[in-house]
Order: sequence, then C-alpha cells, then structure tokens
Amino acid sequence: MNVKRKFKVLGTRPVRPDGVEKVTGKALFGADTYATGMLHARILRSPHAHARIVSIDTSAAEALAGVKAVITSADFGEVDSEMTRDTMHNCMANGVALYDGHAVAAVAAISKSVAAAALKLIKVEYETLPHVTDVDAAMQPDAPVLHANRQHRSVVAGTPGNVVYYCDFGHGDVDAGFAAADKVIERTFKTAATHQGYIEPHACLANVGSDGKADLWCSTQGHYNVRLICAEIMGMDESQLRVTASEIGGGFGGKTTVFIEPVALALSRKAGKPVKLVMSRDEVFRASGPTMSASMDIKIGMNADGKITAGHAKLRYQGGAFPYQMVMMGAMSAFATYDLEHVRAEGWDVMTNRPKMISYRAPGAPMAVYAVESVIGELAAEFDLDPIDVRILNASREGTKSSYGPTFKAIGLVESLEAAKAHPHYSAPLGANQGRGVSCGFWFNFGGQVSVSMAINADGTVNLIEGNPDIGGSRASISMMAAEELGIPYEKIKTIIGDTASVGFSDVTDGSRVTFAVGIATINAAKAAKAEMCKRAAKTWGIDVDAVEWIDGAVHPTGHNAGEFPPLSLAEIAANSGRTGGPIAGHHEGAPDKAGVSFGVHLVDTEVDPETGFTTVKRYTVFQDVGKAIHPSYVEGQMQGGAVQGIGWALNEEYIYGEDGRLQNAGFLDYRIPVASDLPMIDTVIIEVPNPGHPFGVRGCGETAIVPPLAAVGAAVCAAAGVRLFELPMSPPKIMAAIDAKK
Amino acid sequence: MVEVVIWGSLRRYTDDQSSVSVTGNTTKAVLDSLAKTYPGLAPIIEQGVSVAIDGEVFKDAWFTPISDNSEVVLMPLMVGG
Repeated sequence: MNVKRKFKVLGTRPVRPDGVEKVTGKALFGADTYATGMLHARILRSPHAHARIVSIDTSAAEALAGVKAVITSADFGEVDSEMTRDTMHNCMANGVALYDGHAVAAVAAISKSVAAAALKLIKVEYETLPHVTDVDAAMQPDAPVLHANRQHRSVVAGTPGNVVYYCDFGHGDVDAGFAAADKVIERTFKTAATHQGYIEPHACLANVGSDGKADLWCSTQGHYNVRLICAEIMGMDESQLRVTASEIGGGFGGKTTVFIEPVALALSRKAGKPVKLVMSRDEVFRASGPTMSASMDIKIGMNADGKITAGHAKLRYQGGAFPYQMVMMGAMSAFATYDLEHVRAEGWDVMTNRPKMISYRAPGAPMAVYAVESVIGELAAEFDLDPIDVRILNASREGTKSSYGPTFKAIGLVESLEAAKAHPHYSAPLGANQGRGVSCGFWFNFGGQVSVSMAINADGTVNLIEGNPDIGGSRASISMMAAEELGIPYEKIKTIIGDTASVGFSDVTDGSRVTFAVGIATINAAKAAKAEMCKRAAKTWGIDVDAVEWIDGAVHPTGHNAGEFPPLSLAEIAANSGRTGGPIAGHHEGAPDKAGVSFGVHLVDTEVDPETGFTTVKRYTVFQDVGKAIHPSYVEGQMQGGAVQGIGWALNEEYIYGEDGRLQNAGFLDYRIPVASDLPMIDTVIIEVPNPGHPFGVRGCGETAIVPPLAAVGAAVCAAAGVRLFELPMSPPKIMAAIDAKK
Repeated sequence: MVEVVIWGSLRRYTDDQSSVSVTGNTTKAVLDSLAKTYPGLAPIIEQGVSVAIDGEVFKDAWFTPISDNSEVVLMPLMVGG
C-alpha cells in the first residue's frame, strides 16, 4: 500500500445517501412493512425467573373471534445444531421458563387488541424453581443449574454446572513479575449488565406461503444469518426463505441473532397469512440480549518508574440463560494495550436466570479494560506519575508480542496517547469538585465473508449491491471507495443493500468489519469492471489490451506501439456497451482478513455534586487510530457514539433484578441512557496509521470507542468525588455512599 | 515444521506445552496436523478457530499460506458487535 497516496474522494464528507429518507420519515424500518391480510402477533412471556411449564392451555385463546393462530414450543420441530436449538428455545421456552420475560406462547390475530386479549386467555401452569441472577452466586456449588451437562470441554472437571466456558491467555511468569514489582495492587470490580439501547425495537413481517416458500422482512444486522437460523428452525431450504433487511434503528451487536423472527414465521405458517410482530420496549429489555455483567479480580505490579512488571486478570461474566462463549474476547482484550513480559488473563462464562446475552459493541472488552485501566490509573497515582506517561511507557506498539499471542504490526496507540497528552484538553484547568480521567482501549476488528455486485449503467452511473445492512454509514463509505477506485464522482454511484436472493452471502454486520471487508470486495469488483472496460476500449481501438491502462476514470493507450487515441471515459465506454459485448459489471466474493486492530484513548472531565452524588460530564475528547477515515463524519460519529454508550455504562445503566429474579427497570424511564441534554459535545481527534492489510489503509472503527470510556469516566468520577469506587455504574447512590463512608 | 502457539486453556491437550511443532504449509494443513497430533484439540478446531500468522488474524480460513518461520498463534473464533 502506498501510504502517501493522495485520494480524491476518500477523506471528504459527501452528503449521506440515506439522509433525506430518514429525516423525512420515508425510510422503512422493521415495523414499517405491511402486507395484504396481515395479522398482528403478540407473545406471552413468563412472569417467573425460573419455572417448569407444567401445562399450557390455549383453547380459550384459539376460540376467541379474530384469533388465527396460537403457538407454543410444540409448534417447533427438532434441529440438529446445538447452537440453533438454544436460539430456538430462547425464542420460545421448551418446558422450562429460564428467565423473567422468556416467551412461552404466541398469538396471531386480526388486530393488536385481539391478540392482546387472547394472551390473557392462555392458561399456563408453572412450577417455580430456584433461581440465580448474580454471577458469583451462580458459580457456587449449591446454585441452581440452568442446564445440566452443557459445560464446554475447556471447563475443569468439578466446576459448578453454570460455568460453561473457561479460557486462559498470556505469557511469561506473572508470579515472578509481581515479585519484581515495587508495588502490587489487587482489586475486585463489578460491572452491571447493560443494553445496547437501540431506539428501534425488534420488528419483523413474516409471510409463509402455502407452497412452503417464505419472505421475511426484519430489522437485523445480518439477514443472511437470520435466513440461516430461521431456515434451520423452520425446516426449510435456505433458497426458499428470502430475507430482506429493513433500515435499522441501531443494533450495536444486539441485532446479530433472532428473538422473534422464528415465532412470526411459525405463526404465519400456521395461520396461512402474513404476520407482523413488533417487540415493545419492555420486551426488548426483558427478552432480547443485553451484554454480560461481570465480576473481576485484577492484580498488577508496577515499578516506581511506571514500568508494569506483571498483570493478571480473572474475569467472571454473567451471560444469561444459555451456554455461550464471550469472556474470551474480554480476556484477550484486557491487557492488549500494554507490552508486558508477564501477563495472564483467565475468564469464566456463567449461566444465570437472565435473558441470553448477545454482543454489544466490542463484546466482552469494555468491562475487562475498565478493571485493568482502573488499576493502572491507581498505580500511576500511587507513584505520582502522569497517567498518560505511564501508558506511553508501557504501550503496545509495532513489534509488541500482544497479551493474547500475535505480534502487532503497525498500530497507532502511542500516536493516540501522544495526541491526547498534547491536546489542550489535557492541560485545561479543573474547577471545584471536578476530576479528569484517561483510559486506553483496544478492539480486534475482523474481516469475514462478503459479496458485492457492481453494474456499470449505460449513462455512466454505477449501481452497487452489497449484502450487509448499513448500520454505520456503509452505503456512503462503499460508494466512496467505488468512486475512488473507478475515478468517477461519488454522486454517480448508488449502493443498496440486497436481500438474500439478490446478492451472495455476506456475514453479519459486526466486528467493525464492513468498511474493511465490503470495501475490499468493492475495490475488487471495481477492478473487475475496469478490466472489462479496458478490453472494450482496446477492441474499439483495435489494439491489444496490454496496450491500454486505466487512469482517472478513463482508458488510455499506453506504450510506444499503442497508437494515438483520445482517452475513453467510463461513461463513453458504458454508452457503447451494447455494441461492444453487452452490459458491463464487476463482482467479488471473498473472505478478506488482515483487518488490523484498533486503539483509542479517551479523556474526560466530570463534576460530582457532593450533596447528591450526581455526575455531570463537563468535557470529553476521543482519540482513535482508524487507519484511514473514508468519510470522517461517520468515523467521528462512531467515536462519539461509543463514548456516549460508555458514559451511560459508567454512570447510570444497569439491569436491576429483585429478590424474585424479575427485572425491575424494563423501560427507558428507569433504565437511564444518556441523552443529548446530559452531555457536552464529544470532541474527536482522528489518528490515521494505515492498516497494511487494506488497499486504502482502513481499520474498523465502530467498536473500539466503547472500550475506554468506562475506566476514563470512572477515574474522573473518583478524582472529582475524592473517593475510589470499584463498581459500575457509578450512580449517585453509590457515589454518595462512598462520600459518606469517607467522612 | 511450524511452531504454533497454543492459548493457555488448551495446553492441557498439548501436554502442557505453550507451543507445539507440526507440519503444514497452509492453515488447513496445520490445523489438521494439530488435530491429528493432539486429538484433544480436534473438537475445538472443528468448532472453528482463528489463526494469527505473522501478526495478522485469519478467521476460519483454510488456504492461507504458512512458512516454517512464520509466527503462528491459535486463537478462538472472533466475535463482534
């Protein structure tokens, strides 16, 4: 890659292609699709945290006028895959309700009100069972076990049954490292389960025909994955289920699986009519997938000069009612920002009577990094060292053997830290009751499977179809990369998201992969189209194709023997395509890797009211290495959005369960996410250290930004309040309790 | 022979070795060789893994070339949000 390459389109800020439709209300989200004769569905959910379903009597509901179908787990068949079976049983309880809100039956009726009335007529007899919702309690030998014999082979024999996965990463000898330290600090931290907080609830419309073929429209981060799961659950061939992704009102990892789609399909199949199913906000909280809560022990040794001698993390993650493997991402991320000779991170995934967790933006990393960074900050303060200097001294850089194994290539952590230290924010004076916090963060990013199809239209414009729902501006960034590669204006290109029958398979929009992977596929599709256009021009001129080249959107003759011909532009070649061999197109299918890791540094000032414990975020600046910012406004939006979600995680957001195991705050009034009026402008500083694995230097940027804020905000709050807290969220009651305890 | 670094919780299947030498010049060949030499790893590999080669992570890919002097690290399958 030529890192000094000058771009014409990349790095500019064109108008977003979906802007007008979204601000005028024309964009079609999950709940905006309708069909003739459509029914409305509702789901009956368990009021118990853990209960055996003794019986379900649906006869009265079925007899209600306007009810067209009622289903329970009996309406679903068997599936071979254990993972898909868990997903199916999460969508509809199979004999046992495993958490408050677990679906036990569903109704399709001619109206929402009839469906709601029918739910009340379903008689479910439960036998309540002991429950557990706390991770440390769930790891005790006497804890009620949710599923017998579901421990992964990584779990050491004799470990209590709710522990379903164990991992261990690192190198060196941490005991020797601790012995060599001038100071060792060991702390225990807890973080709450939080929800992605997407504004658009899960919504879908399913239409199963009498011939067994089906259409499904839904709000999702990956419609091919929806097809894969639903086809298996429904016993269908994938080719017979066409899934169309709607516009999406946020996902952040929470829409990478299914919660209602198989239910809608099963109801539609039984009723013989289209069925629409939309979750309420209460249902989103109780029965979709939040992230994990965590309990963590962190031990770090440091010398008086700030050099870290060793680090050891023990991470215990609570991930709800089914087996899962996510703590590994936290264990690999925990110390990734540091170049350590002795490091170890262990993790345990644990089941509880809560909704099954699903990814949330850099899944598993924010809480682990919060705990590690908090101790790093405490050690820096212990030695009266500048917290950024300590991080620069220990920072991972090119050639560092990472804490999870591989040696880093070119990365931008040091550049981000140096930018933070030099920024006016870092030296700005603080007022009374104010404190400043800083934290690093890391995320892997990855590539994955992708398909892109590009058509060159006769008028010189381009249509491009990709298979990844646009959750962060990919239609703009993909169009920009196509424009850059083809040498034509951005406005000449329209990118759309194809349904599962329109373009080849694409992995889920997750892992900060789309701009990277779809970008590579787009560049390759454009190269294919350019190669074809070079052939057409060469034929037109009657010269060998080796005697032409593509320069700035046109084919030029090249070399001494090529002859003198005026360049043929893309538009000119396209205009004659019917005469020179037919339509011109390019496509690419692949699974690009070399995504390039990403690092960020967050700097935040907070003010804590000593009378109430209320925290105000006064100033916030994000520094992040993004490789190459294709559309800087979207990149800045990702950095700001990650920071805001992290602020919520640090200060307010938490799933609160009562002694009865029921969720007590299933709504935005009681589950407090930050809104614009709560926040200052989130300033951003884009660092560009190109990823050598991408032709334009792109790194994923969507997830890294949620990793540092928990520790940065936590440090700022502790500094402002003059106390030290070890539990998130740092809500006013906890802050006041710490202030009072110090008095 | 290719030296493959094994993450900690899998070392019980490699006689507690943090890295092992196996044959193979592609990710598939190396993974097959790992599974054959250390059968305890086979179900993990079958479930899906990533392989980092000289610092670049390849997710569940079979045909990536590996040379004898490559740094090869076995990693879990990556998950994102």
